[in-house]
Amino acid sequence: MKLKRVIPAAAIVSIGALTLSACGGSATGETGTGSQASDSASVSGTLVGIGSSAQKSAVQAWSTDFKSANSGAQVNYSPDGSGAGVKQFLAGTADFAGSDAYLEDDQVEAAKKVCGPDGAIEFPVYISPISVAFNLEGVSELNMSPSLIAQIFSGKITTWNDPAIKAENADANLPDSPITAVHRKDESGTTENFTDYLNKTASKDWPDEGSKEFPGAYKGESAQGTDGVVSTVTKTKGAIGYVDSSAVTDDMGTAKIKVGDTYVAHSAEAAAKAVEASDQVSGRGENDIAIDIKRDSTEADTYPLVLVSYHIVCSAYADQAKADLVKSWEKYVLSDEGQQSGAENAKSAPLSPAVAEKAAKAVDTIKVKG
Amino acid sequence: MVRPGDRIFSLLSLAAGILILAILAGVALFLLLQSTDVIRASASEPGSISGGHGFIAYVLPLIAGTLISALIALLVATPFALGIALFTTHIAPRRFASSLGYVIDLLAAIPSVVYGLWGLSISGHLTGLYAWLATWLGWIPIFAPDAGGGVSQTGNTILTASLVLSIMVLPIITSLSREVFLQTPRLQEEAALALGATRWEMIRMAVLPFGTSGIVSAIMLGLGRALGETMAVAMVLSSGGLTLSLLVSGNQTIAAEIAQNFPEASGLRLSELISIGLVLFAITLIVNMAARWIVTRTTIKEG
Repeated sequence: MKLKRVIPAAAIVSIGALTLSACGGSATGETGTGSQASDSASVSGTLVGIGSSAQKSAVQAWSTDFKSANSGAQVNYSPDGSGAGVKQFLAGTADFAGSDAYLEDDQVEAAKKVCGPDGAIEFPVYISPISVAFNLEGVSELNMSPSLIAQIFSGKITTWNDPAIKAENADANLPDSPITAVHRKDESGTTENFTDYLNKTASKDWPDEGSKEFPGAYKGESAQGTDGVVSTVTKTKGAIGYVDSSAVTDDMGTAKIKVGDTYVAHSAEAAAKAVEASDQVSGRGENDIAIDIKRDSTEADTYPLVLVSYHIVCSAYADQAKADLVKSWEKYVLSDEGQQSGAENAKSAPLSPAVAEKAAKAVDTIKVKG
Repeated sequence: MVRPGDRIFSLLSLAAGILILAILAGVALFLLLQSTDVIRASASEPGSISGGHGFIAYVLPLIAGTLISALIALLVATPFALGIALFTTHIAPRRFASSLGYVIDLLAAIPSVVYGLWGLSISGHLTGLYAWLATWLGWIPIFAPDAGGGVSQTGNTILTASLVLSIMVLPIITSLSREVFLQTPRLQEEAALALGATRWEMIRMAVLPFGTSGIVSAIMLGLGRALGETMAVAMVLSSGGLTLSLLVSGNQTIAAEIAQNFPEASGLRLSELISIGLVLFAITLIVNMAARWIVTRTTIKEG
């Protein structure tokens, strides 16, 4: 009941924000014309972003930093979800979108209507490893192959001392207690990346394609949101779940996942490496940096169970002030400083320099609609 | 001679009445319009609906889950509520009764999020009880353990959610029945006592028959609350597919399904969620109409 009442209120607030930003944009348009802002020059105006809730704390940190560097600038980000963000962006009501998935082909076409013939520019800004975390007394680390993880989460392996787990963890002291696998009950980018990883690396044990919703056919407990999974795993002995690595607490053990022939622990560096080692989605514009994460990477030190979140911006904006503002904002986000700030505040993995540089080049092409 | 004051008052109250109808019709129209996409997609391409087997297959388990949780909540809450109402009206000393009534009403003022948090914190302590139920009453399908012989290790089952719901509907049923019991004609009560009835016999012969229609409508109001409750269920229940057993994770209610998936929904999925909202709307409408029907029927019998 309560939530239903909150939604319209949120809608009104965001509409209010949009109107405000429209006013701000036109006002700065008059004063800002002609000033060819370079990277260092201060910009002003209000940007409206809508999208992924995974990026929320990172964007909060970025916008605080950005505001202190540019006193007249303001970034309003509402974490309504990736789907909502892309939808609003394509409707022209958001200046940029945050999304856990890159645009689909028809959305790339739709973006041309809003942004002009060159369409949208998208690039990764936020990388976060996903951890497989469990609650077993005295066990802080377990080796797990993708097939093992798939069998645990699909309910095929039900006790901790199953031979399949023992085979990969000869030294671990495994109890004979039941496994309680915990998944997200709400739709989420974390689930999408987790299931996509299992499907690509252990398709025999996990035939379902990656999706935002955990496959309903599999048994197991479910919990609301990352916090819900963390609290359920923490308070239930023998529970195992998948969560954003930043949410893992000291009470939980984490799995090292099998990559090639070695087991790799979750870390920011390994996650960033996995993204760097992946290919760009082909058949798209040069500035459309959509990454097809190589889940079945065999390269040592890569951690392919990772969530990549994008910013989607227009290739051209209606006035110079807005274009400068977007450019300056995204450049800050992609800068070393920005990525470090994200790592500190949201515990994300900083982009590797190669990816960041490529993205910054794409951002440089933002221009005024002509 | 009509005075201006009368005219203004009658116009205002007419406007208020029309406004309510218009809002109700507007909600129904909104839900219907937004659902057309799903109905069309379900007919032409059943695979595009969540679950992959069309809208009916998607919504039926949700309806079942909603009804199951609401029914258990009522089954648990009703005897307690009637007991409390009778106690406060006919048994307890007046002073104590009024403060007890106040405390019960206070339960209604607690936000459902708080109930959800409370449910989450007690759920872990119920696992022992559930394991016991599964061991001794496991032959009853609703208490059956899962394939591995165990019950939910977290306790976040539909039974826990229903117990939380039952506490949430308790004050509604209690305070309405209390009002009804208070209206029992004093003369009838005294006549029963004068004829030598015990207090229980007096309640059974004078109070309960008089209050039947009131009790029914109180229960129906409680049912309405239980059907529509979102937050507490969304927080407590470890949702999943339809399962008969109340001791393992699974089942989902319509309201919780909408609340959980709305933030990330777009396109057809959004339309799907709105159309299950329409289904919930229809269910509550039917429940209310049924309540009305029962109330009028019982009232006429007495008159």
